[in-house]
Amino acid sequence: MVRKQLHRLYMDAVFKTRNGSIAELFPAADTLSKAREQRAVTKTSIVLETAQLSHVVCGKRLVDNMTLSIERGEVLAITGPSGAGKSSFLRLLNRLDEPTSGTVYLEGTDCRRIAPQELRRRIGMVTQIPYLFPGTVADNLRYGPRHRGDDLSQRAILSLLDQVGLADRAESDAANLSGGEAQRVSLARAIANSPTVLLMDEPTSALDEDSKAEVEALILKVVRRNALTCVIVSHDSAQAARVAGRVMVVKSGRLERIGSAAEVLHVADAIQ
Amino acid sequence: MLQTLFSSPWAVGAAQAAAAASLVLLVMFLARWREIHLEREMIVALGRGIVQILAVGSVFILLLRRPAWTGMTLLAAMIVAAAGISAGRAKGIPGTFRVSLCAIAAGAGSVIALMTLAGVIETSITSLVPLGSMLIYNAMNANSLTLNRFRAEVESHSGLIETALALGAASKEAVAPYVRVSFRTSLIPAVDSLKSLGIVWIPGLMAGMLLAGTDPVYAAVYQFVTISMILSSSGLTSLVSSLLVRQHAFSPAEQLTLRPGGALEERAVASK
Repeated sequence: MVRKQLHRLYMDAVFKTRNGSIAELFPAADTLSKAREQRAVTKTSIVLETAQLSHVVCGKRLVDNMTLSIERGEVLAITGPSGAGKSSFLRLLNRLDEPTSGTVYLEGTDCRRIAPQELRRRIGMVTQIPYLFPGTVADNLRYGPRHRGDDLSQRAILSLLDQVGLADRAESDAANLSGGEAQRVSLARAIANSPTVLLMDEPTSALDEDSKAEVEALILKVVRRNALTCVIVSHDSAQAARVAGRVMVVKSGRLERIGSAAEVLHVADAIQ
Repeated sequence: MLQTLFSSPWAVGAAQAAAAASLVLLVMFLARWREIHLEREMIVALGRGIVQILAVGSVFILLLRRPAWTGMTLLAAMIVAAAGISAGRAKGIPGTFRVSLCAIAAGAGSVIALMTLAGVIETSITSLVPLGSMLIYNAMNANSLTLNRFRAEVESHSGLIETALALGAASKEAVAPYVRVSFRTSLIPAVDSLKSLGIVWIPGLMAGMLLAGTDPVYAAVYQFVTISMILSSSGLTSLVSSLLVRQHAFSPAEQLTLRPGGALEERAVASK
């Protein structure tokens, strides 16, 4: 009798577990598990952090004591006047330049503890001028993965090019592309490395008006599709408001304001 | 004509030197007319050239009856001097004296040592020093060309190099195409010398041997041997130089430090 009851209880437990209602069996364990999950989410929701980041070149403070954090999936725009230190700040994030003081944390790890090649694979970059390597468009897409021992398949190349609207240009010579096309290839090439964060340094400023709108729309599409955390530098505050959830205004290397596009840019307009 | 004007061989020599120098001055004035200012460099070169070669002539008088190690010491001193001169051609790249010294010692030094051991170069000072100095001089030129071209290539392709770094390439991979160009360019004079041997020019060594009554066929073969030694020592120097110099264009954290403008930016020293 007791044996039968025990068996029924066991089978009931198995059934409930299979149906995901572990809480009914072990309420305390479920609470613990949820708390753990919550902590993990909180811990990993900040992807990129800077702590008192400064960069001094020839006595000039290009970046002055910047501290901020960027959440996973967030698009942050950095705007400000020319020479404000926007691009200098961006170059510190993937360690193309070395901070004079302060540091950058990627997913909680000090960037100085990550090998530079690995760090730059995880933090991709699209520059203002799309520098393409000699060879075909496909060769350019293969460049990043090849340096970590991966051979990008033809299918993967076509899928990447499809995202940027150049599916039929895989074998085109990179030297024969227009400015807009070259910037699209540059974007696809950065995505080919499967980065966690994508940095973009005025990606549309070197393009003509038609290409500018196209590339901007494309950037938004690609960032959303790949669920990328994105930091985009733009001197155009209207563009910053269009593409970003949060906007940061930089002046003389210092963080002036940061917040939602509406509040930050409204204040900036009011000051001007 | 000069021989009819002057009776003393010293006076004839001085008049010949003055005639040759006046041609150099003529070229300098032609360049100045085309607004290319080489005055200072050419006058310093002429002055240094005559003083140095007279000093070497005097040293030879003293060295003729000395043991072979004296010649070796003299060649070692020449290698150090060549490294100093060559390093001056690559301003803006740190550590070029050490790079030049290692490259010229490895290139010219090893060819001199091997060929002396093989009996191609005689151990007497009259053979070892002139031939050795010829190899050192050509190695120095190859080294200067390598360093100079490397700096120019890196400065003009800094965008592409940083793009490669941003895609996760190691510094040596990012700069590899420019190392290859520097190496290839530095060997053009030595390769052309060998190609044009006997057709475009009859080198001084062969002319000297013929004047001294050596068998013309042996003089010709020995000239080929000399030019081949020059090519191998220049090639080896350039190879070592281009491989060593690449690390001086980057910080330990794989950041490009050699930028356009010819000067290194003041950067914080990065640790890996």
